[in-house]
Amino acid sequence: MILSGWGRYPRLDVTVTSPRAEGDLRAALATGPVIARGNGRAYGDSAINPRLTLDMRGMNRMLAFDPASGQLTAEAGVTLDAVINSFLPRGWFPMVTPGTRYVTLGGMIAADVHGKNHHRDGAFGTCLDWVEVMGQDGIPRRASLTKNDDLFRATLGGMGLTGIITRAAFRLRPVETAWIRQRTIPTPDLDATIEAFETHADATYSVAWIDCLTRGAGLGRSVVTLGEHATRADLPPSMRPAALALPPRRRLRVPMDAPAAALNRHTVRAFNHLYHRRATAQAGEAFVGWEEYFYPLDAILDWNRIYGRRGFVQYQCVLPPATARAGLRTLIDRIAEAGQASFLAVLKRMGPEGLGQIGFPMEGYTLALDFPASPDALALLPALDDIVLAHSGRFYLAKDARLPATTLHRADPRLQGFRATREAAGQARHFASHQSERLGL
Amino acid sequence: MTVTVPPTPVLILGARSDIALAAAHRFAQAGHPLHLVARHPERLETDRTDLQLRHDVPVTLHNLDLLDTAAHGPFLDSLPTLPGVTICAVGLMGEQAENEADPTRAAEILRSNFEAPALLLGAIANRYEAAGKGTIVGISSVAGERGRATNYIYGSAKAGFTAFLSGLRNRLAKKGVHVVTVLPGFVATRMTAGMDLPAKLTAQPAELGEAIFRAVDRRRNVIYVRPIWQLVMAIIRNIPEPVFKRLKL
Ligand SMILES: Cc1cc2nc3c(=O)[nH]c(=O)nc-3n(C[C@H](O)[C@H](O)[C@H](O)COP(=O)(O)OP(=O)(O)OC[C@H]3O[C@@H](n4cnc5c(N)ncnc54)[C@H](O)[C@@H]3O)c2cc1C
Ligand SMILES: NC(=O)c1ccc[n+]([C@@H]2O[C@H](COP(=O)([O-])OP(=O)(O)OC[C@H]3O[C@@H](n4cnc5c(N)ncnc54)[C@H](OP(=O)(O)O)[C@@H]3O)[C@@H](O)[C@H]2O)c1
Repeated sequence: MILSGWGRYPRLDVTVTSPRAEGDLRAALATGPVIARGNGRAYGDSAINPRLTLDMRGMNRMLAFDPASGQLTAEAGVTLDAVINSFLPRGWFPMVTPGTRYVTLGGMIAADVHGKNHHRDGAFGTCLDWVEVMGQDGIPRRASLTKNDDLFRATLGGMGLTGIITRAAFRLRPVETAWIRQRTIPTPDLDATIEAFETHADATYSVAWIDCLTRGAGLGRSVVTLGEHATRADLPPSMRPAALALPPRRRLRVPMDAPAAALNRHTVRAFNHLYHRRATAQAGEAFVGWEEYFYPLDAILDWNRIYGRRGFVQYQCVLPPATARAGLRTLIDRIAEAGQASFLAVLKRMGPEGLGQIGFPMEGYTLALDFPASPDALALLPALDDIVLAHSGRFYLAKDARLPATTLHRADPRLQGFRATREAAGQARHFASHQSERLGL
Repeated sequence: MTVTVPPTPVLILGARSDIALAAAHRFAQAGHPLHLVARHPERLETDRTDLQLRHDVPVTLHNLDLLDTAAHGPFLDSLPTLPGVTICAVGLMGEQAENEADPTRAAEILRSNFEAPALLLGAIANRYEAAGKGTIVGISSVAGERGRATNYIYGSAKAGFTAFLSGLRNRLAKKGVHVVTVLPGFVATRMTAGMDLPAKLTAQPAELGEAIFRAVDRRRNVIYVRPIWQLVMAIIRNIPEPVFKRLKL
């Protein structure tokens, strides 16, 4: 069947099987190299092996919950959506969540995902107690910081290349309500945006939507939003009885591919303008429901179709503190100059590097953009790669669909060591994705 | 929309089926306690934990081979209370070629899809009638709508089961007891794993779970899952026999 990542680019003809039990995994492993796939929310070709891709969503059972520690044990195919649906009404929320809840536990571990609290709490590894990984011998091995810690570190952020994650135990955080106390700070330029992040380093959540089409004085203007889990006492009394429940919201679905021209620099510029103006008008504090705060895009199912048939690519890099300001300025200027419309541009302060051997996050600023997979946009990206390299940045594999191997390896010397680990452990011959082949991982 | 179904326990027969499990999740989500019935129910231990963790409802496992019809009564007597809803997903398709050639196997198919489920549901219906309430959901199949060369042993048993459910509904309509007949087309389950099924005509188990839940809630009589099947079967039923007998379907 034809399969792609969330960006719908590239699309590949792939054989997919849906294992339901460990025996099915062993049978699949015996046939040759494979890659595990979660819910396909990585944007590019991370979760695709044309020879055989294992759709892990059939192995999705919850196995144990310890209300004393908030530790949930589950099979790797369980979705974050299911976890939230079951546990938020009981007062628990994920410790770390990406910007969509339609991801699996395996996918969150394999990408060592980060959320809006990365600067304070770190990436998914901070709440991961142990993981079970099935190697090429068909035996699931438990790995944690205290047992098989090499396997633990290589698997966390290892993009499925160390084996098949079968189950894991991770901790949820207790919350009193399903609401977020949100503070919105519109900023007029990049310096003010960075200033806002640094001033509010103690906020639990922080993220900025950044305008990447404006050059000159307004370059880097943003809307920074900070968030705290609201306590019951924070809420107005009328909201307290149903503090952990939210009324079901209507979801929209993008019914078909939008025409390629629907998103262009004019429509995106108009959107950016309106968004910034609205945020300025609404600056200040508000209570926002968890769905709207963490997962605004999830309200529109299949939103990836707004880019039309050709699909789109995400571009996410992180720049260290010393070079972030200059690097971001150069990146945004280059993008604005090219007039390439990034509908979603997100900037976020990151905290220190995590436990994963090749995990993406590191101290600094991460910028995530998306571009239509058009010839013009794809032609711009190598120029952006050079800017990232010149500013000692690195790239997020979960978003990548097109990086050249040389660029990636220059940006991240840890990858050579990872490849060596994979060779030594014999994993390299058994676990491979279209991405790992493209990038020599 | 508010959920109007009171959380009465739900008895699920053939609980290891993907369709049955999907229905179990849907009812548990609405707060219904579950009794899961299967052969070797220990194989359902993990699903039981999963259901309990996800939905915070009690779930019990029960051992019953429906072909052991003498065990039906004692099994029903062993339940702590009479569950308000019973869903039967028990079925066995086999291979047509084997079913044709081996009368023992054919009998097993006929009994598993018709006799055994009908006898157990009949016994439950009698208890519901005495209680003046209860809902029975029987999962039959579009295969029972017209016998086809490639599937008629299974299909004819499902035809019997469909007729049985229809009669039961008719008998109990004025007694407060409701009967839902579910006529799935293709469903992506263990039964059909590895078959090359057309995507537009193939439902996911979760669609069945949702459809069954709503059918119980709204007291529907007969449902097709993926509504297109209603049209497909209307056409198939109406092909004149002289033509039909020559078709390869
Ligand atoms: C709208 C949107 C917002 C996002 N926001 C963020 C964000 O804020 N922060 C962030 O970090 N990421 C973000 N992402 C990216 C996403 O969180 C990651 O790509 C995540 O890995 C997707 O999980 P998945 O289950 O869909 O995995 P897939 O996309 O299916 O797979 C991703 C990787 O995980 C591996 N994998 C999956 N399951 C297993 C398993 N059982 N065993 C071994 N390997 C496995 C695959 O091989 C692949 O390498 C976002 C994505 C979208 C679409
Ligand atoms: N999948 C489809 O396309 C499709 C289409 C139309 C109708 N249906 C019907 O839907 C129902 C569920 O099917 P499914 O697709 O989920 O397939 P399935 O997994 O084969 O489910 C059938 C279940 O019935 C159980 N069973 C069979 N004989 C039994 C007996 N004597 N005692 C107790 N349990 C018994 C089986 O238990 P074991 O696990 O112990 O074998 C199995 O769990 C069946 O009635 C089937 O005919 C399915």
